[in-house]
Amino acid sequence: MRGRESPTVGDLTVLALVLGLALFGVAMIYSAGKLEIASSVTGIWRKQAIWLVISLLAFALTLRVSARWLEWVAPAAYGMAVLLLIAVLLVGTGDGPRSWIRFGAVGFQPSEFAKLATILMLARLVAGRERLPETLWDLWPYLVVVLVPFVLVMAEPDLGTASVFVAILIGALYWSGVPTSKLVLFLSPLVSLALAFSTPLWGLWFLLLVAFLYWTRAYLTESLAVILANVAMGVLVRPAWRSLAAYQQHRILAFIQPEADPQGAGWHLIQSQVAIGSGGWLGKGFTLGTQKRLAFLPEQHTDFIVAVLGEEFGFVGVSIILLAFAIALWRLLLIAERPDDQFSSMVVFGIFALWFAHLVANVGMTVGLLPITGLPLPFLSYGGSFLLMSFVMLAIVQRIAADARSGA
Amino acid sequence: MRLIGPPPQLPYRSRGRLARWLMLLVIVGLGVQFFRIQILKHTTYALQSEDNRIRALSIPAARGTIYDRNGEVIAENVPGYTIAVLPLSFDSLRVVLDELAAILGHSDEKVEGLIGSYRRHPNRPITVESDASFAEVSAIEERRAHLPGGIVIEAAPKRRYPHAALLAHVVGYVGQISEADLRLPEFEDYEPGRVVGQTGVERVYDRLLAGTPGVRFVEVNALGRIVGDFRGRETTPPVPGRDLRINIDLALQQRAAELFPDTMAGAVVALEPRTGAVLAMYSAPSYDPNVFVGRFEPAAWRALNTDPGRPLFNRAVSAAYAPGSTFKLVIAGIALQQGYAVADTKMQIPCRGALLYYGRVFRDWTPLGHGSLDLHGAIRESCDVYFYQLGLKVGLQGLLAGAPQFGLGRRTGIDLPSDISGAFPTSTAWYDERYGPSGWTNSVVLNLAIGQGENAQSPLKMAQVFAAFANGGTLPTPRVASVGPPPEPLGSLPLTAEQLATLRGALVAVLNEAGGTARGSRLRDWTLAGKTGTAQNPHGEDHAWFLGFAPAEDPEIIAVAIVESGGHGSSAAAPIVSRLIDFYLRGQHGEQQALEVAGR
Repeated sequence: MRGRESPTVGDLTVLALVLGLALFGVAMIYSAGKLEIASSVTGIWRKQAIWLVISLLAFALTLRVSARWLEWVAPAAYGMAVLLLIAVLLVGTGDGPRSWIRFGAVGFQPSEFAKLATILMLARLVAGRERLPETLWDLWPYLVVVLVPFVLVMAEPDLGTASVFVAILIGALYWSGVPTSKLVLFLSPLVSLALAFSTPLWGLWFLLLVAFLYWTRAYLTESLAVILANVAMGVLVRPAWRSLAAYQQHRILAFIQPEADPQGAGWHLIQSQVAIGSGGWLGKGFTLGTQKRLAFLPEQHTDFIVAVLGEEFGFVGVSIILLAFAIALWRLLLIAERPDDQFSSMVVFGIFALWFAHLVANVGMTVGLLPITGLPLPFLSYGGSFLLMSFVMLAIVQRIAADARSGA
Repeated sequence: MRLIGPPPQLPYRSRGRLARWLMLLVIVGLGVQFFRIQILKHTTYALQSEDNRIRALSIPAARGTIYDRNGEVIAENVPGYTIAVLPLSFDSLRVVLDELAAILGHSDEKVEGLIGSYRRHPNRPITVESDASFAEVSAIEERRAHLPGGIVIEAAPKRRYPHAALLAHVVGYVGQISEADLRLPEFEDYEPGRVVGQTGVERVYDRLLAGTPGVRFVEVNALGRIVGDFRGRETTPPVPGRDLRINIDLALQQRAAELFPDTMAGAVVALEPRTGAVLAMYSAPSYDPNVFVGRFEPAAWRALNTDPGRPLFNRAVSAAYAPGSTFKLVIAGIALQQGYAVADTKMQIPCRGALLYYGRVFRDWTPLGHGSLDLHGAIRESCDVYFYQLGLKVGLQGLLAGAPQFGLGRRTGIDLPSDISGAFPTSTAWYDERYGPSGWTNSVVLNLAIGQGENAQSPLKMAQVFAAFANGGTLPTPRVASVGPPPEPLGSLPLTAEQLATLRGALVAVLNEAGGTARGSRLRDWTLAGKTGTAQNPHGEDHAWFLGFAPAEDPEIIAVAIVESGGHGSSAAAPIVSRLIDFYLRGQHGEQQALEVAGR
């Protein structure tokens, strides 16, 4: 895929696609507010439009920032992000997770900033290392960098956003050249976590893991650590489950079996699928989705914007949007391959990992493939700080793309 | 920071390609899931989306007016309101019902009942109140902004019974259809919450009176609030019910209620002897059917239902009393038919106030005795001793075989609910079963012969039998309303015209000859014929019976009265029937003709 490039604003294809998605997002939020009985969502598209203008200004400003400066500022940004995440635990507001810091009318989600700061910090770590990681122990700095914001966000408690940090970590490890076998061992506790609910499955996984350790001739300490971590995940997950907030438990349960409680936790999921399913090939038409109009769709402007899209524009509309994302992300990966300096490359890949995680989690939950995590869809969902940070990240990517081209 | 040697390179190429294709694979996977939901399962979800938002609301049809035979209004419609709830979920329903209960003053029991109805029919609107007052409707409208969604208020005609307790047992009342009724095949096309006749004419002629409710489709949102009419499906307008003119004569009914002693229980029925048309039917004590309309409160119903006077019970149709001496006409009829007696047949033993049968004394109603009487005289004076012997002549087998031909042991066939067939032994096996093969003797015949013992009939049944004596032998099927072709009569008496004339002559004598038991109730202007009855009541004072018809030559009306614990038929019941018949005939022929008849 070859695209037009500009020496100043980078990859024009990506820019055009993202701008198109953001404008379409405003249109979808306008539609999300078109209800039979007006609600707080009605008219909210204007706010999103204003945020889009602010985001474009931020984009223009951030284009002037070079990767070198970002690398330099990364520790400070990361430190500030951690402080903000601690602050949000103390003075934060929000129903459900306490994720907002408010200054009068303006609200801000520190976790959005923390995502970028963590990506920058990881990139700096990778760029500063002297050799490729050979053992699991070499990975501990990355783990710590991600674990701090992860734990703080979990404490809000916002399981969905916290899981994004895991996605960033996985992306960073993958892109930084950690050997595949080490990657498998490193991530094995996560698999144990997922399988903890079924003892036979977990047992099978555990046997496979032991065989893998033997086969790859892992170090003894490494093997012990991996086995311990897996046992801990398999055994400790139940008390951990109990420590989750009730609404989080409900969401996960609703994902496992939505029909069991159609009026309760499964409601969102069922109504979302009914909206999408009733859209058919071409949908019911812009602003005419009945599920949405009659308020059967929950959170139709944020988490479930794709359900509005599916209901009103049908399979064709959804396919076009998915295609736009696929092309943009594909080109993002091509940009990540381009720079000579590892920091720039790591940053671009980190941003790719972040957006891709959001896309999969958000779309996956609306169609019932993943639990309801409440993650917004980049550029489409309503949300000021998320849109702003997304455009700042886009600017970073575009600047790196432009620099790498001119540098080449 | 970089120290010695070349910095480690990133594995761009291989991992980049892998990442790109993995990413594409995942997005294609999402697309496949969309394809599955939007294309393959589209029909299912499209239907579910419709179900989500469209509700069918029933538009009540105006119920037909009920008139008496002279066009007087007996049941009519007045403006009213129904309040219904479109439930969204179980929890929201409870909230709505609790809020409404506070405004409408519903009991917890009622709320529980409504929740039960939601459990059985979760997708139907629940009628919370089918008779809300304007004040209640205003109260709800004022608070609507604070109330949960899904409350529907509609103007709906409401039933009113202007004569209240007077016609309660005939007309019945309407109310929301019960769960039990919904399961009946006759109501299989009725929807829950619909107003239906609960008893009386309202129930029997419900199909005719009810009309067909219309249907309106509305769109609701996720909160159950109606957003507007759904334009996709057309509204079906309701078809109003048909008016019904019944045979009851309102004036006669009023007279019957007036004549009946206020504090007593019992019944009065008047029929046209030929057609079986029910001219009046009063059961005491009565109740006000307006109490039940719409506002069905379990407590009110329980109070009426547990009242020791049993006001809900239609004694005219459903109560079984020992017929007492009125039954002597049936005994005489059987004896005539089977050839055991003719008009001047006398019995072996003259009446000395009692009869000794196998060492047991069977008393006459008067210890003075009647002397030696023929059949005519025995009926006139209601001589028990004569009928003891006549009964013995006919024998138990003869009585049991003869009774069904006089219409006994079968329902009257009236167009009202709870028509009973009464009790009369069908064979000797019946006695064997009840008392054991050696537990009874032939003396049961003596009891049966004077209308006591294992014999219980409704006032209407006795009126039907006497109507046959009056009209020349046809057992008419009683009709409150004459809709469609006239019904088949229940049967014909197995008597010749001569035999019937004998019986009628005796009945005339009861009122018009010296010694007649009801002589005090004879009429100046018309020849009244009839028979008294005094039924033994194990719980207290005897029940008083009287059946009468007039004019005896060509009867236009037959009436029965039973006064529970009223004592003698001649004193308690006969005056009611006599005055009622006089009133009716005066109404039919006018005072002038009455005087002419008198002058003859």
